[in-house]
Amino acid sequence: MGQLLQQLLNGLTIGSFYALIALGYTMVYGVLKLINFAHGDLFMLGAYIGLVTLASLVVNVGLAVNLGVLLAIFLIVMSLVGVVGVILERIAYRPLYKAGRLPPIVSALGASIFLQNGVMLLYGARYRTFPEAFKQAMPEVMWELGGARFTLMQVIMLAISFLLMAALYLFVNYTRVGTAMRAVALDHDTARLMGIDVNRIIVLVFIIGPALGAAGGIMVGLFYGRIYFTLGWSYGLKAFTAAILGGIGNIPGAMIGGLLLGLVEALATGFVSDAWKNAIAFFILVIILILRPTGLLGERVAEKL
Amino acid sequence: MALLEVRNLHAYYGHVHALRGISLTVEEGEIVTLIGANGAGKTTTLRSISGLLRPREGEIVFDGEVINGVPAHQIVYRGICQAPEGRKIFSTLTVQENLNMGAYSLGNDRAAIEANRRRVFALFPRLEERKNQIAGTLSGGEQQMLAIGRALMARPRLLMLDEPSLGLAPMLVRAIFQTIREINEQGVTVLLVEQNARAALRLADRGYVLETGRIVLSGPARELLGDEKVRKAYLGES
Repeated sequence: MGQLLQQLLNGLTIGSFYALIALGYTMVYGVLKLINFAHGDLFMLGAYIGLVTLASLVVNVGLAVNLGVLLAIFLIVMSLVGVVGVILERIAYRPLYKAGRLPPIVSALGASIFLQNGVMLLYGARYRTFPEAFKQAMPEVMWELGGARFTLMQVIMLAISFLLMAALYLFVNYTRVGTAMRAVALDHDTARLMGIDVNRIIVLVFIIGPALGAAGGIMVGLFYGRIYFTLGWSYGLKAFTAAILGGIGNIPGAMIGGLLLGLVEALATGFVSDAWKNAIAFFILVIILILRPTGLLGERVAEKL
Repeated sequence: MALLEVRNLHAYYGHVHALRGISLTVEEGEIVTLIGANGAGKTTTLRSISGLLRPREGEIVFDGEVINGVPAHQIVYRGICQAPEGRKIFSTLTVQENLNMGAYSLGNDRAAIEANRRRVFALFPRLEERKNQIAGTLSGGEQQMLAIGRALMARPRLLMLDEPSLGLAPMLVRAIFQTIREINEQGVTVLLVEQNARAALRLADRGYVLETGRIVLSGPARELLGDEKVRKAYLGES
């Protein structure tokens, strides 16, 4: 019982990271029908900027580490990576929109390699650990519930993930610009006829997606304590899988897909073995996709003529 | 001065020379129809006016200003709205959200949006009954109402309708055309593209007949209805 609860909690935590990253894949796919292969690397960039640069800065300046500082780091990193996302769109994708669907994908792969190697050159190819001093400064509070243990850090991370996801959901569903984003995902030309500047919506998507991914990056770093420059591939692939699982292009789908993937992995780790978690997770994915090729929520409402 | 004046418009789709020198005028308050067979260039003409397609040559003047080259998303701010061919409603959005998108150009001017919504619901009470329904689940006729209602949400001076009768039962076509007349009587100028030439010419003040990218005939709708060539080619009479 305790172990089940523990694994569910771990799965929820990891799943919320996957979900945050998956949102970036799904949103870009939604408006552009493009798989942004560089998205995983933006997530990784977030982890590096947050944990290596900012955290050491905080430690060196001697600022007291508290929740406020942590949240400030999140905001700064999310903004910075959002800017990188916009630059990426402008340089790597925008010139290619009229070239068909394959050239932007090749460009995305190129951008991914560029970001990965850029980070490797800047920060080195070795694992980077999260500054010990920063970690020690955070209160090590721990609770026990039904045999499962969870830390204050875990609670904070879950809260941040769910707040970000709820905010995105409300924005997309209940605001004018969010609705315009959904309209653009359905039909660029008709959206233009409404007076919607499609390019601005695309830019917005390239701010929000990478910013959420960056938040996921910091949390993965905090949770595991160490990061490496190929993090974008391993986590990006998982998150991309989660987006497909939920139905690519569908925002709630990415959230559900991410959480589900995290839970399955955690349960597989807890009750089978860690070595089998990927095999089990992807096996379930294949089964779901055989049964529902458009993903869990990827339902297309047919347009009547 | 005409509200809309198109002069010698040439447009291409890839290498296809789709418009070969179209000239037409629409006066304020009129209903003007463009009729012609599939592929004659009717939709291309509308897409050029609304900025979705950049004409290679020629000029489009609306309300005294040249508007070719203005990006599509800014055309609506000039007072031109289009209900595109095939309706193109946002199928996963609700009826209400579709209408809100029609009013996107009004920004956060809630009073104006609400007033326009009331006007649209008065024309199409069906839409009010179904305002919370997902638009893709509406019937074909209701989707057409939504497409027209959405275009009216920005309170255009010129409403361009592309094949509003497409795929609708004759009774619904009559109802839609009746509503177009009502919209026109409220002061909205209408440019109507139709394959259903008879219904369109009965409704319109004037008409233009398009053939392979050229205007081959124009005049008062009543005269076109009586024209022998039109009767043979477009009204299915021998």
